[in-house]
Amino acid sequence: MSGGIIARPTTAIPEDEVQRYTFAERAYHWINAIAYTYLMLTGLAIFTPLAYWLAYVLGGPATIRYWHPWIGLIYLATIFWMHRMWKRDMQKIPEDERWSKNIRAYAENRDELMPPQGRFNAGQKQFWWVMLYCTFILLITGIIMWIPEKMPRELHWVLPITVFIHSATALITIAAFIIHVYMSVWVTPGSVKAMVEGHVSTNWARTHHRLWYEKITGRRN
Amino acid sequence: MSNGNLEIRAISGHTGGTPGGGEYRQPDGSTHAGASRDYDVCKLIDTTTCIGCKACEVACVEWNGYEFRETTFDNTYQTMPETAWNFWNLIKFNEHQRADGTIQWLMRKDQCMHCEEPGCLIACPADGAIVQYTNGIVDFNQANCIGCQYCVTGCPFNIPKFNEATKKVYKCTLCSDRVGAGLEPACIKSCPTGCLHFGSKEDMKFEAAKRVKQLHDNGHADAGIYNPGDPDERTSADGIKSTSPGSIGGTHVIYVLNDAKHPENYGGLPPAPSVPFFVKMWKGPLKWLGGIGLVAGVFGVFMHYIRFGPKEVDKVEEVKR
Ligand code: HEM
Ligand code: SF4
Ligand code: SF4
Repeated sequence: MSGGIIARPTTAIPEDEVQRYTFAERAYHWINAIAYTYLMLTGLAIFTPLAYWLAYVLGGPATIRYWHPWIGLIYLATIFWMHRMWKRDMQKIPEDERWSKNIRAYAENRDELMPPQGRFNAGQKQFWWVMLYCTFILLITGIIMWIPEKMPRELHWVLPITVFIHSATALITIAAFIIHVYMSVWVTPGSVKAMVEGHVSTNWARTHHRLWYEKITGRRN
Repeated sequence: MSNGNLEIRAISGHTGGTPGGGEYRQPDGSTHAGASRDYDVCKLIDTTTCIGCKACEVACVEWNGYEFRETTFDNTYQTMPETAWNFWNLIKFNEHQRADGTIQWLMRKDQCMHCEEPGCLIACPADGAIVQYTNGIVDFNQANCIGCQYCVTGCPFNIPKFNEATKKVYKCTLCSDRVGAGLEPACIKSCPTGCLHFGSKEDMKFEAAKRVKQLHDNGHADAGIYNPGDPDERTSADGIKSTSPGSIGGTHVIYVLNDAKHPENYGGLPPAPSVPFFVKMWKGPLKWLGGIGLVAGVFGVFMHYIRFGPKEVDKVEEVKR
């Protein structure tokens, strides 16, 4: 195991690999992902009759109505933890501007045109901030929709606006979510392993997150 | 009247046709192909002959088998501030001061209006929690209700009421159980002054116009019919309009009001009710754009994959120590 980085006393990282996510980061990510998926599917069931069958699959219509807001709170707690862990990595760096300008080249896999990126690339940061702000909106509107019976009659006019905003915001996050899942599972092989096992190959790290790779290894190539 | 009157016209949160051969109602409100449609039913409430005796309140609670709930005293004769999950029929008492300083004591029987375009049903996400029968009755089916209270957001009349214990919503059924068996609603049966009438919508509009004419002849120039948004713009032979402002396609409960120019004086009856704008946006464009967007998104990333595929990782051998 010479040269390997010891992540935990019992877990060694293979020699040509580097640690990408700690256990805590992985745990919060997956609790968050499971909660989000549940919220998305139960939300869609209630959003359109075309998806109402999901309500039966997931335990019954009244049951999902009961659990959706509670799972929302779990989702919320984990996303705030992730925020604490990642907010420094999510800050803009000067390279991000050029990355965003060249996003077309990135989408077309002409990665040689892309500037080097830190632990997260500008697109991942974008995704992160969209999800974080949308979660905040979903929370405020969701709590109002949770207990509309507590809303005084004179304020009932806000309820339809609230549901509209909640569903529109959810749709924005779902669009972001589709891209996120697609990018990590299909476009950048190795990402899922990073989030499950915690480590990535040095080649992967250098290709996708050069500045981060240089920083953690001290190497220049 | 037969059970045929309880054939289904529209179902909340439902895809496809309606059981019993009825076609799902078209957006223009037309075709009911396959459903027998004897006639629309209607309750006519003549507020000018209501004496506020509350017999209908009692009959409603009795027929529907609820305990009489505790009343709230607020210095009026009104039993409680608004209808409740187990109290669907409430006489609203209002003292209204006219411009000349004289007082009018207005009483109005408040209950579900059985809208032709029910905001509750439009907003409801649960398949079969709200049904509209071909005769116009809008009925809630608590077995399918999920307790989201979207119906509350859609109703322009503040009618559906949530029960925190059962987590379901309840409201007036227009005694669909009695009407289906050929009886009149319980409130109609109990009314001692004959201010409540029940029959086909056509007949009730005719009765209402007759009464309004009588009121006009007796010097009540502002008397009129409250039947918001009925597409039937006809005016009776005596020049009485059978519709009033609003966009909910008319209601299956209509009023004769002494002052039809100011329905709001009758315990907050909206002068021109409509399904809230954001309910229509959410259940209309947002639902369709959202659905199309999601399918397009999934298809889009699939097309991207078959066009560009995964990213390669550069292999730099000398990095290996
Ligand atoms: C942050 C905490 C959240 C809370 C407290 C919350 C709460 C609620 C509540 C109370 C409802 C009403 C119906 C029901 O309970 O099922 C609802 C509906 C919905 N929620 Fe959430 N929610 C949250 C997060 C989310 C997230 C992350 C999504 C992501 C997809 C989402 C998507 C939806 C959708 C699509 C609906 C249906 C809206 C409609 O009928 O048009 N929610 N939410
Ligand atoms: S609460 Fe109202 S809108 Fe929600 S499922 Fe029940 S009847 Fe439908
Ligand atoms: S009055 Fe309200 S509850 Fe009754 S049918 Fe109209 S929208 Fe539905």
